[in-house]
Amino acid sequence: MNFSNLLTSLVDGLLIGVVYGIAAMGLNLIWGVMRVINLAHGVIIALGMFGVYLFFSTLGLNPYLALLLVAVLGLLLGVLIYFIVIARVINAPYLSTLLATFSINMIILGLGTAAFTTTPRDSGFSLGNVDLGPLTLQGTRLVAALVTILVTGALYYFLYRTRPGKYIRAVANNRAAAELMGIPSDRILALSFGIGTMLAAIAGGLIATFFSFTILSGDIYQQKSFVIGVLGGLGNPLGALLGGLILGVLEGILPLAMPNTWVPVIEFLLFIIILLVKPSGLLGGRQ
Amino acid sequence: MTLILQVQAVTKRFGGLQALTKVTFDLAQGQVLGLIGPNGAGKTTLFNVINGVYTPEEGRILFLGKDVTGKKSYELAKMGMARTHQIVRPLKELTVRENVIVGACYGHENHDLISAAKIADEVLSFVGISARADQLAGSLNVAQKKRLEMARALAARPKLLLLDEVLAGLTPSEIDGMVKTVLSIRDQGVSIVMIEHVMKAIMNVSDRLFVLDYGQQIAEGGPEEVVHNPKVIEAYLGDPQMAQKLMEEG
Amino acid sequence: MRKIWLNPGFWLVLAIVVALGAWPIFQQDAAARETGFTVLLAIVMASSLNIVMGYTGYVSFGHVVFYGIGGYIGMYFIDSLGLPLPVAVLFGGLSSALLAFLLGKAILRLRGAYFALATIGVNEAARTFVANFQPFGAATGIELQFSVYKAYGGALQALWLVYYGVVGIAIFSVIFSYYIKTSKFGLGLMTIREDEDAAEVIGIVTPNAKTWAYVLSAILPGMLGVLFFFKNGNVEPGDAFRLGFSIESLVMIMLGGQGTVLGPVLGALGYQRLRGTLLTSDLMIGSLPLKDFQLVISGFLMLLIILFIPSGLVGWLRQRFATLRRVLA
Repeated sequence: MNFSNLLTSLVDGLLIGVVYGIAAMGLNLIWGVMRVINLAHGVIIALGMFGVYLFFSTLGLNPYLALLLVAVLGLLLGVLIYFIVIARVINAPYLSTLLATFSINMIILGLGTAAFTTTPRDSGFSLGNVDLGPLTLQGTRLVAALVTILVTGALYYFLYRTRPGKYIRAVANNRAAAELMGIPSDRILALSFGIGTMLAAIAGGLIATFFSFTILSGDIYQQKSFVIGVLGGLGNPLGALLGGLILGVLEGILPLAMPNTWVPVIEFLLFIIILLVKPSGLLGGRQ
Repeated sequence: MTLILQVQAVTKRFGGLQALTKVTFDLAQGQVLGLIGPNGAGKTTLFNVINGVYTPEEGRILFLGKDVTGKKSYELAKMGMARTHQIVRPLKELTVRENVIVGACYGHENHDLISAAKIADEVLSFVGISARADQLAGSLNVAQKKRLEMARALAARPKLLLLDEVLAGLTPSEIDGMVKTVLSIRDQGVSIVMIEHVMKAIMNVSDRLFVLDYGQQIAEGGPEEVVHNPKVIEAYLGDPQMAQKLMEEG
Repeated sequence: MRKIWLNPGFWLVLAIVVALGAWPIFQQDAAARETGFTVLLAIVMASSLNIVMGYTGYVSFGHVVFYGIGGYIGMYFIDSLGLPLPVAVLFGGLSSALLAFLLGKAILRLRGAYFALATIGVNEAARTFVANFQPFGAATGIELQFSVYKAYGGALQALWLVYYGVVGIAIFSVIFSYYIKTSKFGLGLMTIREDEDAAEVIGIVTPNAKTWAYVLSAILPGMLGVLFFFKNGNVEPGDAFRLGFSIESLVMIMLGGQGTVLGPVLGALGYQRLRGTLLTSDLMIGSLPLKDFQLVISGFLMLLIILFIPSGLVGWLRQRFATLRRVLA
């Protein structure tokens, strides 16, 4: 193993890690605001993949333009899911929300399988390679990481500098108090759920520019989102980016030291250990 | 006179907040201690510390002469301590009788289901909700839930009973009924610590009063003596309604 | 608390399971037996998970881990050590129980959704670990030699033998489930479900009670795992630790009614029948066969139940008709 290999693995890991990070950010935002674990997250990631893929391969749209459309559709889908399903179970025991989101997962997965089958798809899109000194990086991954950072910045700005964003944080902090202050919590919750699914769709769309996928691929990324979410602190959207970076580095470096198939074992063990030792995440305060 | 409970210089902090500061008192066998103080004085926190829900940072708690500091709630229950909660916690999806059976089964006498059922029926008629025995606990009204909470604690046949605001939210006639119940529990030899805001009732029931303010003990003694203590009146002045009541009732 | 054998609810649930199990035996029909396998497996998985989820209130997404680990240990004993099936089944159950004990000590400290998440992690950790574990054949798993079945009078005879075992375990599982529900231990579990902090104050040693509930829920899936993989002749990580199987068990419990004895049985039966009907249907929707929509229809039904009858069929009947409480356990 030489230094350049190590460096390439490390940077590749970081680039993919941030993309995983925004998927997890969506999951974390939803958990943080409404204490719902969205088990339909993975399938929405997969929808994002298909969205970019279909716009690109059938309409010939530039994938990054397609990503914009996918983001808007992701937001709308989330708001729709919120009003049809989540709003009715949000005050029920957490089992109801888990199973409700899981049934949404089943429905979308079933429709998706009927429509797209489970044959692997590949966008075939490429931006060539970029050479940076000893490093050779895939252009699509580089752009994906840049897009992720832009999206994170925008989310940060939205949550901390705009009125609806502040409302979201207020509702996350204390829904009853926010309602007393006149914040329309139902609409804010719908918006939060929508942003959560939008982030999932964006992550999926970006992944589709460099990996092949099927409608079932969402599962893997959903589980990565759980791991990242717990690493960064459940309910902490920005911590998810850090969690994504950590997971990315692990996925970049660990295969150099052990067979690839051991990597998920380490990831899931890490996940359980952090849940047990510090469920508020590596960045989180006291539990 | 044997001491059933000794609280010695107990201090409890939450982060930077000092919830209890060097709280010290004793409770003799068969006595009723009334615990009063303005809202946020640390009364329920003190119960939680005595009851093993929280571990104090400093100080010791002795129950039946044994050091029980840091013991878990269930260990204390097995030694004969029982409590009610300020906000009642009925086991909603179980029947009223089952709620009380749980108390008898898992208390220090460790009954099986059959003998626990007998005790449950006795206790339910003692607190006066026998007629509701087969209803789900979630369907009771507030006063009935308070009685259920009391029945569940009593079914354990405790040596020490901690009552957290069992009178709050009750009508005057319900209060009279509950006061009688508390007195007859004491007559059975159970020692009681009781948090209460209804001054008239607690003055009637308590052998001694203990006053907390901002986590500090500011007075202790016979009921008459304590309510005329200037420090106590001053503490309650932050709460004008309470002070008014103290003046009228004292 | 009446004696079990005086309660009509007990006999009702027992009669249903005995009838389901006996039907293929009287028919002596292979297709009926395969249906019986699927339905009885579902009943045992749902009933045992119900001890943790319905009685104790801890939602586990990792129930299939016990099925998988038990199955792997049993298959390993049969394949590598040449132990007879009944011994392997016993060891399968014991090893699942041991795993549940150790896991329980660790993750049952977590509450609510954190516990649920941890069980997903446990499931995935177990699956990916076994896929790398050489003694268990890593990713390819363990495959039995055909000659193994000779000791049981050939493959056909062995299938029936396994079936009797599964029927026995299914019958035992409902008796067990009923017994726990009406015991002092079960009352303690339900107290934890209703209010865990209050349960501690009342005197229930909650860490122990929860761990035992977890252990008791793990034994039967572990035994069944051995029987099913023995019947199939092989075991692979993907089959042994299929997360979807855990979730299907949750769905069956929700369908029938959590916390009841009859609910998981009816839920398992209903879910498997529905799934079977959809998968073998010849109906077409446009140019696509109806069976392609099995997942959609199941998901949609489940959503309707969660939104409109969250207490499940048995729970709903009990609420609606108070007199049925005596009969529907």
